[in-house]
Amino acid sequence: MDIRRRRVLQLLGLSAAALTVKPVYDALAADPAAGRPRVGPGREQLKAKQWAMVIDTRRFASEADVEPLIEACHRIHNVPHFELKRWEIKWIWATEYKHAFSGTSSDRFLADAVEKRPFLVLCNQCENPPCVRACPTKATFKREDGIVMMDFHRCIGCRFCMAACPFGARSFNYTDPRPYLKHTNKLFPTRMKGVVEKCSFCAERLAEGKRPACVEAAGGKIAFGDLYDPASEAHQWVRKNYTLRRKVNLGTEPAVYYIV
Amino acid sequence: MLEFAVKGSKRYYGWMIFLLGLVGVGFLVYLRQLDVGLGITGMNRDVSWGFYIANFTFLVGVAAGGVMVVLPYYLHDYKAYGKVTILGEFLAIAAVVMCITFILVDLGQPMRVLNVLLYPTPNSVLFWDTIVLNGYLLLNLIIGWNVLEAERNGVHYQGWLKPLIYLSIPWAISIHTVTAYLYCGLPGRGFWLTAILAPRFLSSAFASGPALLILLCLIIRRVSNFDPGWKQIQSLAVTVAYAICVNVFFFLCEVFVAFYSQIPEHMDHIKYLFVGLHGHGAYVPWMWAAMALMVLGIILLVNPVTRKTEGTLIVGCLAVFFGCWIDKGLGMISGGFVPNPLHEVNEYIPTLLEGLITIGVYGLGFFVLTVLYKIAIGVKEEVRA
Ligand code: SF4
Ligand code: SF4
Ligand code: SF4
Repeated sequence: MDIRRRRVLQLLGLSAAALTVKPVYDALAADPAAGRPRVGPGREQLKAKQWAMVIDTRRFASEADVEPLIEACHRIHNVPHFELKRWEIKWIWATEYKHAFSGTSSDRFLADAVEKRPFLVLCNQCENPPCVRACPTKATFKREDGIVMMDFHRCIGCRFCMAACPFGARSFNYTDPRPYLKHTNKLFPTRMKGVVEKCSFCAERLAEGKRPACVEAAGGKIAFGDLYDPASEAHQWVRKNYTLRRKVNLGTEPAVYYIV
Repeated sequence: MLEFAVKGSKRYYGWMIFLLGLVGVGFLVYLRQLDVGLGITGMNRDVSWGFYIANFTFLVGVAAGGVMVVLPYYLHDYKAYGKVTILGEFLAIAAVVMCITFILVDLGQPMRVLNVLLYPTPNSVLFWDTIVLNGYLLLNLIIGWNVLEAERNGVHYQGWLKPLIYLSIPWAISIHTVTAYLYCGLPGRGFWLTAILAPRFLSSAFASGPALLILLCLIIRRVSNFDPGWKQIQSLAVTVAYAICVNVFFFLCEVFVAFYSQIPEHMDHIKYLFVGLHGHGAYVPWMWAAMALMVLGIILLVNPVTRKTEGTLIVGCLAVFFGCWIDKGLGMISGGFVPNPLHEVNEYIPTLLEGLITIGVYGLGFFVLTVLYKIAIGVKEEVRA
């Protein structure tokens, strides 16, 4: 309730400011710029304070349930496949409970179902991200909507962010990935060798008003939305269910929640 | 003073050509790395820093170790070190040159390295590391060069150098502290997440740096007419002896905390290094060798009889130097990455190619070191004559 009231107030304040600023802006921005194409978020852009994902792991029973999601992500994001394990790049993958929650949550005498279940892991878009703190060039940065983004053109490939991420969510291009792509999605950039990459919560899809590809492929088994918006599905799921997050004891505040 | 570096005996030229050969090979392999990417190394998704960063870390220590002669001389007026301070400062310069080169060869996109300065990010420790390392290089260049030139001209060094000299002392501590902070501030890396990492880095630095300096002094005595002095070497040996004791002590503190608390995240890395984990244990013989070498170093250097005998002193210094190199150069970095954050074991084994690049960087460092030492010795010989 409180949050909602604050946001309404914020919005009112903003629109008041906008009303006063608008004429001035119009006067200043007159002509030369008019008619030029503008770069920036489009009208359909989805907005949030902190995007979050809630994965209902109860509804993922086997590899076959997770494969299509992983495939969807890696295909549209031009994530290459290497035979050589050393060069592996992955944005989202499935692992066992004991690996996903290593160190923070009991993995002994687990319920049978939980023990065998595949757990999807990806970048948690942490609210307090150590990778952002570590990056010496701001090539990794946190956006206003909570997404931890990568600038592939600024990254110097020092891999400090990889050491800083306590979830192993980041991959490095140990070689030029392009020859290893089976097909290329022309709408998404391919990477060059020597830069780091990771899941970006499909920021490019959110900009077009679409939900992340893995969420779409999950067909209702993953909720996505603004964690702080009581009306969002993600918020409602975490309110209604007992959820876990990975390594909460480290204080990074992961924004990916798991219903177990 | 540069003329001293150009004139030399056949042996000197032979040595320089040999070093240039190493640099050349390293450079050719580096061109291949530029072409293919860091994939020619053994690094992977889990162990994303390897041999380069490990040697970088070790050499920051060697550079900081130089302060062990600078501090007593300038701060406590320990006159005897007057003869060797320049050797300490020049060793620091060569070591920092290697550090910076190691960082450069480790970057995935080295052409973009200036981004660190174009987009300064004070919350990143790497940003500070860039500043303190380059600052230390500059300080030592200015101080070393000017003090040596003054000595050559038979005058006291300029007054404005004094504050810089004083500044260089805490600065030396800072380079290794900041380097330790690269690691010990990362959540979820239990092996590094310990407040004693910086002190431990410093203690091993104050052991390995002066140990190398002793060996260099002994070589200089053989190949030139300049004698750094047996008394100086002995004082340095005492420094090495106690620093290596402190280093082993700090390590044992670490072991106690990890194994008495029984917290898996802290124990597992040490287990991996010393006994192996889940059937993986490539580093086990190396780590035990490091321990044995350090203990041997303690025995030979703390005991006055063996410390004062040249033969055993050399063995002791070699033991300390290589013990620290394995401990910090091999174990410290790989050990921190294995097991990975998901508690899986993926080992890192350096490849031949990254080994060749590493040797090339060492070749470059020793080339710089030889040039600087040749100049210093030339001046010393001239002044004495
Ligand atoms: S999961 Fe790792 S990469 Fe993603 S935001 Fe958190 S720390 Fe950064
Ligand atoms: S590898 Fe790139 S993104 Fe990661 S810390 Fe270095 S510059 Fe930043
Ligand atoms: S949110 Fe988008 S980028 Fe992230 S794992 Fe899902 S599909 Fe991939």
